[in-house]
Amino acid sequence: MSARFKPGDRVAVRRAYPPGHIRTPFYIRGKAGVIERLCGSFGNPEELAYGRSGRPAQPLYRVRFRQDQVWPGYTGPAADTVDIEIYEHWLEPA
Amino acid sequence: MHDGHAHPHPTAPDHDGPLTDYQLMEIAVRELLIEKGVLTADEIRGAVEAMDARSPAEGARVVAHAWVDPAYKGRLLANGTAACEELGIDMGIVKLVVVENTADVHNVIVCTLCSCYPRALLGLPPDWYKSRAYRARTVREPRAVLREFGTAIPDRVAVRVHDSTADMRYLVLPARPAGTDGWNEARLAALVTRDSMIGVTLPRLP
Amino acid sequence: MRGYHDIGGLDAGAIDPSQHAHELWEKRVDALLVLLSRKGVMTVDELRLGIESLGADVYERLTYYERWIASVARALVDRGVITTDELGRHMAAAAARGDRA
Repeated sequence: MSARFKPGDRVAVRRAYPPGHIRTPFYIRGKAGVIERLCGSFGNPEELAYGRSGRPAQPLYRVRFRQDQVWPGYTGPAADTVDIEIYEHWLEPA
Repeated sequence: MHDGHAHPHPTAPDHDGPLTDYQLMEIAVRELLIEKGVLTADEIRGAVEAMDARSPAEGARVVAHAWVDPAYKGRLLANGTAACEELGIDMGIVKLVVVENTADVHNVIVCTLCSCYPRALLGLPPDWYKSRAYRARTVREPRAVLREFGTAIPDRVAVRVHDSTADMRYLVLPARPAGTDGWNEARLAALVTRDSMIGVTLPRLP
Repeated sequence: MRGYHDIGGLDAGAIDPSQHAHELWEKRVDALLVLLSRKGVMTVDELRLGIESLGADVYERLTYYERWIASVARALVDRGVITTDELGRHMAAAAARGDRA
């Protein structure tokens, strides 16, 4: 499987807001984080939702974001994070 | 706040009165699928029974084993699915990620988009896990949500929220409580609540 | 554009800790989805898209498993496994029988 990113890479979530079945939450679009791990490759849910094959499988990553960089006015410690699984096609280098 | 003890949810007696459109829909869909040979009544019955048999006791068993066996714990953290299958738990196609609470990190799980949950280990998710309030607030104010569950995490410990958005499912491996030296696995498992494996509470104390 | 289900970070009130006992019909809905997805008749993603397409009002009004069965029925009709007519006839027959759930 050729994965574009590796653990430790800084990535940003694309600012795109299409309709349809999207598994990249609204709150994380446009935010930057760090690849925590490659989870593997899985069928694309955006296509599977329409009964299509979802192939080719897409690399899926866990990306770690600092909470104080996701939420304006976050009051917890700087070490607090949110980890989200994001498909490769939603990520670009930060 | 209830404590999420490990027993299967009872099935409510069905209400008197006319069936709702959705109850009628369930009957119709089921009958049609059986009529067309897509499913059998036995398969459906079997799936309901399998669902009833799953409870947080499975997850508690995994946690207790990890507490007594450091090598197993290492395998569990590296590949949650394989480690659970070692204990005879049928994980199906689930890709399990186990996240460990330590002196520095407290983990909590949510699915903001729907209700993804490690059902093979914990049974059906509680209503609150699927609620708008939990799904909306946990990613943004986890410490306030934890306080609502009676859990105060000091600022020196990071709170790490996992939003279960895709194909992985998550289980929190709580920290083993102090004062449990020499306890056997069954005794340890009794301390491990469903809510501690979601991460909204800590395990019971001895 | 934001799906009405995509609620991470939105304001919300206190978390209600109460738990309803699962009714048998609800467990059967769950079982149907597990079996249908395992057999490749429909996917979990189709279930989710269906729920995300009910409309915000319906999404709020329906209970969890009501949303599921609405979505499963829609997916099965979309895929031609059952027809709307068949669904209607069976629902009417069940209502006429005075079935219990």
